[in-house]
Amino acid sequence: MADPEKGYDPRIERRLGAVLAACVKHRTTIVSNMGAANPRAAGRLTVELARRMGLRIRVAVVQGDDLTRTVTPATALPELGKTVAEHGLRVVGANAYLGADAILAALDHEPHVILTGRVADPSLFVAPLAHRFGWKADDWHHLGAATAIGHLLECSTQVTGGYFADPPYKTVPDIAFLGFPLAEVEGDATGIVTKLDGTGGLVSEHTVKEQLMYEVHDPRAYLTPDVTADFSQARVSQEAKDRVRISGVTGRTRPEKLKAIIGFDGGLLAEAEFSYAGPGAGSRAELAVSILRERLERIHRCQEIVRLDLIGVNALHGTAGNWTPAYAGATSDVRLRAAMRTHDRAMAETLLEEVESLWLSGPAGGGGYRGKLTPSVSTQAIYVDRSAIELAVEVMQS
Amino acid sequence: MTRRKVPLRDVASARTGDKGDIACISVWVYDPRDYEDVKASLTAERVAAAYPALWRGRVERHELPQLYGLNFVMHDALEGGVNASLNLDMHGKSFSFLLLTLDVEVSRP
Repeated sequence: MADPEKGYDPRIERRLGAVLAACVKHRTTIVSNMGAANPRAAGRLTVELARRMGLRIRVAVVQGDDLTRTVTPATALPELGKTVAEHGLRVVGANAYLGADAILAALDHEPHVILTGRVADPSLFVAPLAHRFGWKADDWHHLGAATAIGHLLECSTQVTGGYFADPPYKTVPDIAFLGFPLAEVEGDATGIVTKLDGTGGLVSEHTVKEQLMYEVHDPRAYLTPDVTADFSQARVSQEAKDRVRISGVTGRTRPEKLKAIIGFDGGLLAEAEFSYAGPGAGSRAELAVSILRERLERIHRCQEIVRLDLIGVNALHGTAGNWTPAYAGATSDVRLRAAMRTHDRAMAETLLEEVESLWLSGPAGGGGYRGKLTPSVSTQAIYVDRSAIELAVEVMQS
Repeated sequence: MTRRKVPLRDVASARTGDKGDIACISVWVYDPRDYEDVKASLTAERVAAAYPALWRGRVERHELPQLYGLNFVMHDALEGGVNASLNLDMHGKSFSFLLLTLDVEVSRP
């Protein structure tokens, strides 16, 4: 790691600072994966923050997700059918998704704060529930049902009216002040998703349904480190305003292996933008596109794939093939965007320079150049034996 | 009974999630009386054929009849996925609204 005191989520200080005193006073344990790539440094920061606030707390740091040192050139990448060596890119890091068992080990120390690195999102919620209700590690039914609750909460306001509004079909009250979700869970792992009175947004059967299947493939088999959860028979029912009961979820045996993600040096994402507005804006932008295409190909001999979008005409859905050039003629405010991924820094810079040169050598009336090179990490999933994880819980005191 | 064509957005909502190069779009029918019609219109084959230049792989459909929902899992649908796509929307989050532009046949007046 470039800096041994960084690598955690930098928002941790502000967020913990806002709630730590109240949580300590009311003995509410905070469980967070904001340790990210460096949970120990996050733990030290949290202890230091508590000292400054005059709080005496125990912080439990969960480690074991970092598998970077176990990746070898011979490690197989199943999605590609290649080894790491054959893939040919520099390994940046590798982390497994830990499950509720890792957090349960930390809860045994009765800490005020638990900080983890990579953990499956629902497990952050399953662990405190399993701890409170005493479910066994092979209680698949309860772990499956609790996974649905965790899944509904893990994307915060996406279940309370965020990412939902589509007026006039779906409207959200007081949308600028959405309340965070919470769940009231029973010992049978059914529960009610709700939010605090006086906050904006809504919890409805519809918001819960949309979030229930979010990023889920087969509803009969939602795989986490804890369980194979089965959402296929889920029931949602509105019991009162902003109170929706979720029931009918169950689970089966957990997956044998853990999913881990290897990050590789993905080169640079080069992006540059330039705008045209007023009469003929679409035609002038299309002329700029053709200038860029010709110069990249004939002068720079560019072999990389270059994407040229007209934002406002054919950008996000441009590759779906459902737009016509005639539509560009109708627009009066359009932004050209050029994008390329490459390991060749000189070619990435060339793309930016070519778009910037539209100031001087492009069609009339263009303006608003922005260009950016972003280092990117590409990822590959691998599946590792659970025995590869060396789980360690370190307790720190303020 | 007379049947009429309506844009899917008139009778259902949709939300997209992504994993690697796989897009999943769930569709939720507003009025339970439209569910069977939407299910009959919006087959996996129909979705797979809708935007073949973008959604290039196989499409699976999962049904959640008690919730009036359909979940489409679309392989090779995100232009390489979040780490490879050159789309400004590299997660394909806006693709739910591509699906909502498709017509479906409903029998309810």
